[in-house]
Amino acid sequence: MSENTDIGHGFVPSGQLQLGVFFQGVNSGTVWKAPESGSQTDFESFRQLAQTAERGLFAAFFLGEGLRLREHQGRPHALDVAGRPDAQTMLAALAAVTNKIGLVATQNTTYNDPAHLAHRLASLDLISGGRAAWNVVTTDNAWTGANFRRGGYLDHADRYVHAEAFVQTAKRIWDSWEAEAISASETAATWSAPDSIRPVQHTGAHYTVDYEPRLPRTAQHRPVLFQAGDSPEGRDFAARQADVIFSAHPGLDAALIFRRDIVARTVAAGRGANEVQIMPASEFILAATPQEAREKQAWVRSLQIGPEQAIAYLEQFWGRELSGYDPDGPLPDIDPVVEETSETRGSGFHGAKARQLADQWRAEALDKGLSIRQFVSGKTSRADATFSGSYTEIADLLARYAAVGAVDGFNISPWLIPTGLDDIVNHLVPELQARGVYPTDYVGTTLREHLGLPLPQRAESSATLSHA
Amino acid sequence: MSTADHPRTGFLALELDGDGAHPAAWRAARHAPTELLSGVRIRSTVLAAESAGFHVATFSDGPVGPAGSDIAARLDAVQRAAFAGPITRSIILVPEVDTVFTEPFHVATQLASLDYVTAGRAGWLVAASGSEGEGAAVGRSAVAGAGRAAEAAAAVEVSRRLWDSWEDDAVIRDVDSGRYLDVDKLHYADFETDPDFPGEGYSVKGPAIIPRPLQGQLPVVAPAELLADGLAVGSPDSGVDAVLVTAPSLEELGEAVAQVRSRGAVSVIAELDVVLDARGQRAKERLAQLDAQTPWPSNRSRYVGDAAGLVDFLSELLATADGVRLHPAVLDVELDELSRLVLPELRRRGVLAPSTPETTFRALLGLGQATNRYATAGH
Repeated sequence: MSENTDIGHGFVPSGQLQLGVFFQGVNSGTVWKAPESGSQTDFESFRQLAQTAERGLFAAFFLGEGLRLREHQGRPHALDVAGRPDAQTMLAALAAVTNKIGLVATQNTTYNDPAHLAHRLASLDLISGGRAAWNVVTTDNAWTGANFRRGGYLDHADRYVHAEAFVQTAKRIWDSWEAEAISASETAATWSAPDSIRPVQHTGAHYTVDYEPRLPRTAQHRPVLFQAGDSPEGRDFAARQADVIFSAHPGLDAALIFRRDIVARTVAAGRGANEVQIMPASEFILAATPQEAREKQAWVRSLQIGPEQAIAYLEQFWGRELSGYDPDGPLPDIDPVVEETSETRGSGFHGAKARQLADQWRAEALDKGLSIRQFVSGKTSRADATFSGSYTEIADLLARYAAVGAVDGFNISPWLIPTGLDDIVNHLVPELQARGVYPTDYVGTTLREHLGLPLPQRAESSATLSHA
Repeated sequence: MSTADHPRTGFLALELDGDGAHPAAWRAARHAPTELLSGVRIRSTVLAAESAGFHVATFSDGPVGPAGSDIAARLDAVQRAAFAGPITRSIILVPEVDTVFTEPFHVATQLASLDYVTAGRAGWLVAASGSEGEGAAVGRSAVAGAGRAAEAAAAVEVSRRLWDSWEDDAVIRDVDSGRYLDVDKLHYADFETDPDFPGEGYSVKGPAIIPRPLQGQLPVVAPAELLADGLAVGSPDSGVDAVLVTAPSLEELGEAVAQVRSRGAVSVIAELDVVLDARGQRAKERLAQLDAQTPWPSNRSRYVGDAAGLVDFLSELLATADGVRLHPAVLDVELDELSRLVLPELRRRGVLAPSTPETTFRALLGLGQATNRYATAGH
């Protein structure tokens, strides 16, 4: 742990943590091979996980989005969980069977129109009584664009410029109705006050909007914004626009460094030091005793990365078939040949310098005495994102995060669907409450209230702004 | 097809948009205007429709009137249907979704997802918005005439292909081989618009990002006007499963149904505006009061009168139409009367299909299991 935990810029640790749950629906983190592994598409799986999270007073339920199915060596990837529902459609259904928990939809700025996406998010926010959030993501590859009318059109360098113009347009759409636009009574002269709705126009390099927004403000004024990009551009974008960062820095030291960086960027962007919250992605493997937790973790890892997945993982970097190699033996001695078509696409692994990486990995595995399977297991499940131990020791550890303000909470990816939150809610949450770092009830009804976020200021009234 | 010897049964659909079909309906609603746009409202109306015995609820979408005059707001139709899914058991939930200014890949994903959250009770009411205003919202130009039908046909084909792009048993969870999916059962959709497509052509690769819908293929419902230039009846690619029919008067509605039926073997659903005697007031009087606030332009034929007359009219209409969709002038008021006086009597006369819990839309329409275009022998 860092000796100096001061964040600076007037940042004040809240001393509290919030939890979110991320139903991933893709990739190797979710165990599908255990007898208790449930359906990834049945509504009951989503209902059960969301209701368990709500019983545990979780602030938010997350759904991801990937707009093209992952491929491996030119075909759909066969080994991991894949195929998931549309985030907003599922969250609208979950709104009917939950009362308090926030509902976060990951949605892409590249393959949506601002007017349509802003409208749907506002709709979800109204249907859920002010519980909606948007996790803003961008994509630039033409491979994903092949599923869309407009195809691939965005340069990598432009994606945040585009995303920011998109988000600003969405905010103007959400702010376009005056606070009391709808009449209070059926005897009013009109259903909504004339001139209470501001049209939104935008003309930019990538899209044009001329729109009369069709929904009023919501109970939390507008959806909460999450953002996950970790590049300097992504961090600055979050510092200017987001309410919460879904971060990739869960270790305590790394989380503090990240917090300082974000606070500095947020203050530089003219916002308050506490205005952007941080919830790192994480995995929890818990048990009554440390020994049991260690055994459980080994079991989970063996199910997450089976022999076939270990080989397939290396194949995407080696760019060639490696099925002749023993998953329990050393890393392949042949060199990689990486071609465009041999990557596993849709998982963000492009562009590694294959030869150099292979040498480095072979040295690392040899040094630690790791087999292919052990090595890949270590690579795919980041040690710092895994909180494994007894309920009490993990509660003690999390209380330290709260005390120094390293994070505002954790976004937990359960390794089992739909029962993966049961031990967290039944055993960890009470320990956190006993330490005074976790809520004992929902403080309000909206997501903004759960997170302690202020109501946003209404965006500038200028009707026409132009951005890239 | 109807025969005189065997009294046929039909289904009833109810449009749940806003406060009712009349633009001034909000003045007669049983809630404040500020309470309209909420989950609470969706819950109460869809539960009332289900317990009244309606087989289908539809959710209109698309442009709303000018700000100020009447309701200028509308929640997303797919989301309203999705919200209704887990709290209902038998009613079929059909949102209207545009095909012109939307991304077909998103529409296909949303509707497949809706089928999961409704346990196979979802359908798609195809719209082809073409207005300048709707286009301007997304930086596109107006689309008219045959262009709209062509857009609708293309978008329906994209969905149909994507819904088949996972075979039913593509998720195998085979622990022995370590495979979650059988990739031989996943297929690229490889859709491309025809060279003579009137709008800007496009392509969609696939496969879908969600497994095949529970119904295999969601039933597609389209207004008759879109059939002429694009959507086909019974085609496996862009075919529709049910057609909405309007006529300028009650007298002409039966004939219009027969005309559409002669074009092919699909379900035909007659469209009807309804104003009933209620709250001690004659229907005509109620309508006049509402019209005095805001006129009600509608291309549908309209029944204005007492419940008994509506029962007679619907009994006769359901002898030729497979279903009738009712557009209540004021949802809160008409739904009460329909529930109390109309549906029970229609049931007693034996002209309504039974309302079945855990049914599917395909079953209601008498459609068999949807064949998968990509499934090959030997799998």
